[in-house]
Amino acid sequence: MNKKVRILIAKPGLDGHDRGAKYIARALKDAGYEVIYTGIRQTPEAIVKTAIQEDVDFIGLSLLSGAHNELFPRVTELLKKHGAEDIIVFGGGIIPEEDIPFLKSKGIKAIFTPGTPIRDVIDFIESQKEAKNNE
Amino acid sequence: MAKENDIKKHYQNWKNHTVAKGTSRFPERKKNFKTTSGIPIDTTYFPREDPRETYLEKLSFPGTYPFTRGIQPTMYRSRLWTMRQYAGFGTAEESNKRYKYLLQQGQTGLSIAFDLPTQLGYDSDDPRSEGEVGKVGVAIDTLKDMEILLDGIPLDKVSTSMTINAPAAILLAMYILVGEKQNVPREKLRGTIQNDILKEYVARGTYIFPPKPSLRIITNIFEFCSKEMPNWNTISISGYHIREAGANAIQEIAFTMANAIEYVKSAISAGLDVDTFAGRLSFFFNAHNDLFEEVAKFRAARRVWAKIMKEKFGAKNPRSMMLRFHTQTAGSTLTAQQPDNNVIRVTIQTLAAVLGGTQSLHTNSKDEALGLPSEESVRIALRTQQIVAHESGVANTVDPLGGSYYIEYLTDEIEKRVWDYLTKIEKMGGVIKAIESGFIQKEIQDSAFEYQKEVESGERIIVGVNKFRIEEEPKDLEILKVKPEVRIKQIEKLQEVKKNRNNSAVEEKLKQLKACAENENKNLMPPIIEAVKEYATIGEICGVLREVFGEYKENIVI
Repeated sequence: MNKKVRILIAKPGLDGHDRGAKYIARALKDAGYEVIYTGIRQTPEAIVKTAIQEDVDFIGLSLLSGAHNELFPRVTELLKKHGAEDIIVFGGGIIPEEDIPFLKSKGIKAIFTPGTPIRDVIDFIESQKEAKNNE
Repeated sequence: MAKENDIKKHYQNWKNHTVAKGTSRFPERKKNFKTTSGIPIDTTYFPREDPRETYLEKLSFPGTYPFTRGIQPTMYRSRLWTMRQYAGFGTAEESNKRYKYLLQQGQTGLSIAFDLPTQLGYDSDDPRSEGEVGKVGVAIDTLKDMEILLDGIPLDKVSTSMTINAPAAILLAMYILVGEKQNVPREKLRGTIQNDILKEYVARGTYIFPPKPSLRIITNIFEFCSKEMPNWNTISISGYHIREAGANAIQEIAFTMANAIEYVKSAISAGLDVDTFAGRLSFFFNAHNDLFEEVAKFRAARRVWAKIMKEKFGAKNPRSMMLRFHTQTAGSTLTAQQPDNNVIRVTIQTLAAVLGGTQSLHTNSKDEALGLPSEESVRIALRTQQIVAHESGVANTVDPLGGSYYIEYLTDEIEKRVWDYLTKIEKMGGVIKAIESGFIQKEIQDSAFEYQKEVESGERIIVGVNKFRIEEEPKDLEILKVKPEVRIKQIEKLQEVKKNRNNSAVEEKLKQLKACAENENKNLMPPIIEAVKEYATIGEICGVLREVFGEYKENIVI
């Protein structure tokens, strides 16, 4: 992976709370990544389509409405269906701790809850990138 | 003025000698102190002007123009603010139970939270509603749900606030019809619909239609209510969500006022006389942590609005010039870390709202950074208001901070900076242009980004998040969970309604609604009421309007 890391920040579901998503998008851009932001109210289908078209390495999902247990796994399922399971998915938002193991079992690699420093997200991306390079 | 010069001379002297001497031993903690919106803060404040010359013009007495000190002459000495907790989740049955609980605990008004499908005009069985039904509020598909939601709640006794924007006309129609079933005529109903679409484009995101038809729906509601619902607040022009999206205090007021100006303009250009509708406009603001800046913000907002209505729109009735507002404490200040600390944050924010003269208040629960609040934490939030109201003594006189050198400085400074924004937006051709060009969104995002960077760098301390952290056990807080079965139940109910209603009547009413929507000189309220009465669904009604009006596409600004 010598090319620049490409990240899609996406908002599935119907909530319009995009402060976090936009902050992450801008901060990751400042950290040197190529970042695409989908805008609000995207269906999992549309997110996966954009991710494949844009040839991204990561998808960051942001959701604050509580629909994460339904919509996050839907994204990883669709990626698998399209043979794009190498795209790494992480998520954030108002996500109760007890839901995190379930989401991880569905292929969401990391969940960042409110108050997470951006450094943690960058460290996650870097370590995943390294692991991928060593494969 | 000899005396004033005297004070200034003393001040300079004091600064040069006494302060210099003090700081040589104890330097100030920061090089520059500023409020959260960047207003510089001096070591202390002193009278910069003779109050005898400016008092009547800038402050005057409570209940009189420009209402800086409050809109009623006696404020909380006569009647405390309305304690109104925003609530709703799951099915209408569950929410109805929560409302009855809150009323029994001493809450004095209802505030209904709707789920996102309802707010976006999708029925519970729409594929886009997957995962969202009943999550952030109660699911409403038809009049039937609303009848269940308000069952046993006397609509002639409570006032109800409904957080609904794009489909506000439909929910208002439902409320009217439930009232009729309880034998409460529409002119007696008291409450508020949020109905503020412009802020949805820049902050909250639950828009459906483009600005022009959206403004028509809003104006239609103003007109309808001015004739038929004299006690109904037709709009709650909201800075709350703009602030939550990251704006600072000045931007919160400035962008809200810019939106308000647009609503008044469009109602006037539709032929309404300003004094027939302006008295029913209400506002909704955020109460943040910077206590004095927040108090000054509310005072400045009242003064700005009074001037706008009197000077710009020529309102004659003082009621049209009064800024009446609801407040909610700032959700974005709540932390997932050490959630008990949030009770203290909410207390400070409650003081800000009350010292700022709010008409009603929602206090957030401590666990809202983690999920939906439990019954216990909602009770603590309500108790916070009750303690401030009955034990703190701050409600015993009107505008207790009025005349504080610092508060008056901040009030003037915020007002000045709000006018600067309003002039700028006016020059751009009004707020719709400023939204379409992405100006407002960019301003909000820049503030949000700066704020977050200050947190990341540790320059801004958030207790328990970037300082004073502890290792926390996985929280055993009791979080309310909405089960996925809610959607199944809701879909079953919807199918039942569709089976039992007169489907040809529904079709007929939807056809009439479409014809009305196509003629922009007609008022949409009557055909919406007709359709709702026949149990047409929100999805069906919004579907018809989507066909005629189209949908708004987000202008993505990062």
